[in-house]
Amino acid sequence: MRFTGSADYVSTDDLTLAVNAAITLQRPLLVKGEPGTGKTMLAVQVAKSLGVPLLEWHIKSTTKAQQGLYEYDAVSRLRDSQLGDAKVHDINNYIIKGMLWQAFTQDKPCVLLIDEVDKADIEFPNDLLRELDRMEFYVYETRELVKAKQRPIVFITSNNEKELPDAFLRRCFFHYIRFPDKETMEKIVQVHYPNLKKSLLKEAMEVFFEVREVPGMKKKPSTSELLDWLKLLLAEDIGPDALRSKDRKTIIPPLHGALLKNEQDVHLFERLVFMTRAKGA
Amino acid sequence: MLIDFFLKLKSHRLPVSIKEYLTLLEAMERNVIGPDINEFYYLSRTSLVKDEANFDKFDRAFAEFWDGVQAVPGIEAQIPLEWLLKQVELTLTEEEKKQIAAMGGWEKLMETLKQRLEEQKARHQGGSKWIGTGGTSPFGAYGYNPEGIRIGQDKSRNRSAVKVWDQREYRNLDDSVELGTRNIKVALRRLRKFARQGALEEFDLDNTISSTARKAYLDIHMRPERRNAIKVLMLMDIGGTMDDHIKLAEELFSASKTEFKHLEFYYFHNCMYDFVWKDNRRRHSERTRTWDLLHKYGHDYKVIFVGDATMSPYEILQPGGSVEYFNEEAGAVWVKRFTDVYSKCIWLNPEPEEVWPYRQSIQIVKELMNNRMYPTTIGGLEQAMKALAK
Repeated sequence: MRFTGSADYVSTDDLTLAVNAAITLQRPLLVKGEPGTGKTMLAVQVAKSLGVPLLEWHIKSTTKAQQGLYEYDAVSRLRDSQLGDAKVHDINNYIIKGMLWQAFTQDKPCVLLIDEVDKADIEFPNDLLRELDRMEFYVYETRELVKAKQRPIVFITSNNEKELPDAFLRRCFFHYIRFPDKETMEKIVQVHYPNLKKSLLKEAMEVFFEVREVPGMKKKPSTSELLDWLKLLLAEDIGPDALRSKDRKTIIPPLHGALLKNEQDVHLFERLVFMTRAKGA
Repeated sequence: MLIDFFLKLKSHRLPVSIKEYLTLLEAMERNVIGPDINEFYYLSRTSLVKDEANFDKFDRAFAEFWDGVQAVPGIEAQIPLEWLLKQVELTLTEEEKKQIAAMGGWEKLMETLKQRLEEQKARHQGGSKWIGTGGTSPFGAYGYNPEGIRIGQDKSRNRSAVKVWDQREYRNLDDSVELGTRNIKVALRRLRKFARQGALEEFDLDNTISSTARKAYLDIHMRPERRNAIKVLMLMDIGGTMDDHIKLAEELFSASKTEFKHLEFYYFHNCMYDFVWKDNRRRHSERTRTWDLLHKYGHDYKVIFVGDATMSPYEILQPGGSVEYFNEEAGAVWVKRFTDVYSKCIWLNPEPEEVWPYRQSIQIVKELMNNRMYPTTIGGLEQAMKALAK
């Protein structure tokens, strides 16, 4: 099994190599990067291009590691026992399988995405060390060892909100998705909007990279914002002329709400434009 | 095999472990890569380096090992990044480019660089001799010289790419340089004490079971969720000498705002006196009496002062010493009141620790705080949080 990028996803050489190393050695791949650079999409696309099922486990601040393995629903068992339900005698009826368990019991290898692992508590990654390393865990309620039939291909994404423990990192391959340069970005846009006019793309890219250069921005627009913005430009039928201006610094690009997601950034941007305009006058 | 490479990484203080090294060997054995140095670079990076902050160090070590080139002494640490902050973009005409003569071979260039590094003491920008940004000197960034050495430039401008690891694209991610909100948050996280308080929202299994067993009917118990129960009162110095530290104070403030549920903050100027305020623009109309502060927030609050404590000693020790109005009681008295009421009380000082002994006012404040003054570095913050959590 080898990943070579897909028709919908532009994968750089180093990313492709990291994915293939993770697939061959059956180790998890930890993917970091600016928000909106396609960390989550990577797992989706790998699953698609390899033709294997994808299991997604989205992490929240309240997620516990145990929930990925299984949960024992004691309350419904207690209730069933009061009602005299026959089901109550088999504990297996009350064990709810988590995403890891589901991934381990697949007959074919699958892709497991553990999304935004940094959202959970600091101890969360530590609780999954053995499970990700040996791909097995023990169910205390039924005294059963769940072992992966086929080691799943595990992708873990992180937004850097918390530092991950060393022991966890040592078991993973690591890839940092850099913000794409202009060429890669053009390829990415081509993949998403193949019918986009060259002239519009060129103007839009220049505006986009200029906005990214604005100093002091709280959240720089990233790939996904650019794609949204282009979609809007297409939908509103805004031509390259509207983006082109002799003195680009003095106009606010149309539909900038798609690029700037933070009101402070919008203010900052408008103020900068206003200042350069005043200076020019 | 590759043991020397591994040791080279170690000697560059990269946190690589034997397990990761074995993983790399395993990957090579299973032919993940072909015989290509670029692919080997990617593979070794993905298996050995687990933090983008270390990519730059790795690139340096890799280049050194595979090119057999000696690292240039003095280049990694001695040049503060601020010098190289991109401010001027210089575009030279073809004519000007021609005028810049090549300065001789590589060795001579390095020698001159070392010499300049020793001579130069300040940040430099533009011009044609010193190291800095946007100039035509062979040393520095964002400038143009056909035989130049690039230091701390985040993307290649006039130069086409040579080798991936030589581009050193990850320079700006090295976290020994800056103290971002993420680092502050991680440090502040030390100050956590979970307690169950508030509404009953979580199912309490243990209690339900024991209570059901006792009463012989289903008796469900709920309990409040675990929350960080730490209460923090933050007092920030604002204006005057603190203007140099605005960015740091902002970062510290935004990090603590998300980290603590109970965070109260007030501003003061230079030292604690009769009044503090919440909104710096209306500091004269809407201010709070410091006595009210002491009465309102219980002694279980943890107090964090943020300030450079750099002022004239009179401002602390003399009644009427304040630069803003006539204060009847000396600043020292007020600081003392705080340390008396709040046993967990620390002072964070953004000034570098080396200069503390030379500023009388810092020494006085430090003494008033019973030595609990910490620098705003990651290490300092961690110590401070430890002192608060004790």
